[in-house]
Amino acid sequence: MSGFEPLIGILLVISFSALVILFSLKRIRTKHPPVFRKIIAIQKLRRSIGLAVEDGTRIHVSLGSANLIDPSNTSALVGLSSLHRIGQLTSTSDLPPISTSGNGGLLILGQDVLSQISVETNTRELYDPQHAQMTGVTPFSYAVGTMEAMSDSGINANVFIGNFGPEAGLLCDASEGKQAFTLAASDSVTSQSIFYAMSDDTLIGEELFALPAYLAYHSTHQASLRVQDIFRVLVGIVLVTGSILKIFGLI
Amino acid sequence: MKSPLSLTVAIVVGIVILIGYFVPSPSLAAIRTPMLNWAMTLAGIASLVAIINLIFGVHWKRLRESGSKQFFSAVVILSFLVTLTAGIFFGPSDSNYQKVVTAIQVPIETSLMAVLAITLAYSSLRLLQRQHNWMGLLFFLSVILFLVINSGVMAFASDIPILQVLLSGFHNVPVAGARGILLGIALGSLATGIRILIGSDKPYSG
Repeated sequence: MSGFEPLIGILLVISFSALVILFSLKRIRTKHPPVFRKIIAIQKLRRSIGLAVEDGTRIHVSLGSANLIDPSNTSALVGLSSLHRIGQLTSTSDLPPISTSGNGGLLILGQDVLSQISVETNTRELYDPQHAQMTGVTPFSYAVGTMEAMSDSGINANVFIGNFGPEAGLLCDASEGKQAFTLAASDSVTSQSIFYAMSDDTLIGEELFALPAYLAYHSTHQASLRVQDIFRVLVGIVLVTGSILKIFGLI
Repeated sequence: MKSPLSLTVAIVVGIVILIGYFVPSPSLAAIRTPMLNWAMTLAGIASLVAIINLIFGVHWKRLRESGSKQFFSAVVILSFLVTLTAGIFFGPSDSNYQKVVTAIQVPIETSLMAVLAITLAYSSLRLLQRQHNWMGLLFFLSVILFLVINSGVMAFASDIPILQVLLSGFHNVPVAGARGILLGIALGSLATGIRILIGSDKPYSG
């Protein structure tokens, strides 16, 4: 780490946090409401959520096998936020969502989120801790266990959101076999390519982090999405400027 | 806000760990290192809880219910108990114990990998049918192009300077694409971390 890197890091974190808080303010949100581009996959998910409530079917959210003490866990945390929002949206249904994961920490957080939903939506009698399961410890055992969980209890949509490896292909295939709607998103480049090849609706790159904001979760999700866009433009400008300066031998 | 205590603890710990990453101070390291060790211990305990939940919460419960999956649940519980007993008796580092476990696990996972390879090949063929857009076409053409380039068919290109430059350019395209995707992922990860750090996103109750 060079001398400037910690300083840049601290500045980045502080400015990002300040902008997220600023854009979360009600005054800013009403004066400059966020405008989102259309993501068809998320629109289809919203439709599936509506169908699940009408049909009395269930939504399954699989959180991948990220370790909570690993940097790849952020995708699973987005998965937990999405699970929470999906649970809120399907609260009028008799069948709350189920969650599967390949990590012990994610199981506990998944159970906690489902419990939170049941308290918030006054559906405590529908809460079952077994609706969140750790289906396997290794990637393939997780995939096989999840496939088994998917075969149970009338699932109409599978949301794969988290850190996956090549085993993601087996999950997509099983979901397609059941003719269930599949929304797939991962922070891993390998599983993104597998999802793209095997699933109808895939979120690529940063679209994964936009899911809770598109499902109208907290205002900070929408604010952080705006800040992400601002920083993406800034990073782009820095990269292009750096390349031009390098071409002219100035750096 | 139901419990400001858990939220405060989470925010303070998050900030201490983050500052410790940016500022390499020995006093901060003295606080940060035990906290990270606790996190690792807790993650281990969480795995144990999850395994107990899987065996006794899911499979044991299924054994008591009538259904076609009782047999598989019995196999899972039996395998778990045998592996656990042998692991406690011989120790997990025992070479014979490891040999038996890997002799069962590796062939099963290899078979699944083989199934996955066939499934992927079939899905790739169906890709154009599924993705009726230019992105689908581009993806399909890229797969074909890189399969040809990496198959060794283009080995003769090393003698032709122009082709060599062209191929090297093609090899850089996926790297550039992955970099673009990872940039978005990095910003998204930063946003998620900050939301948790400022307490607006709470993947835990309490």
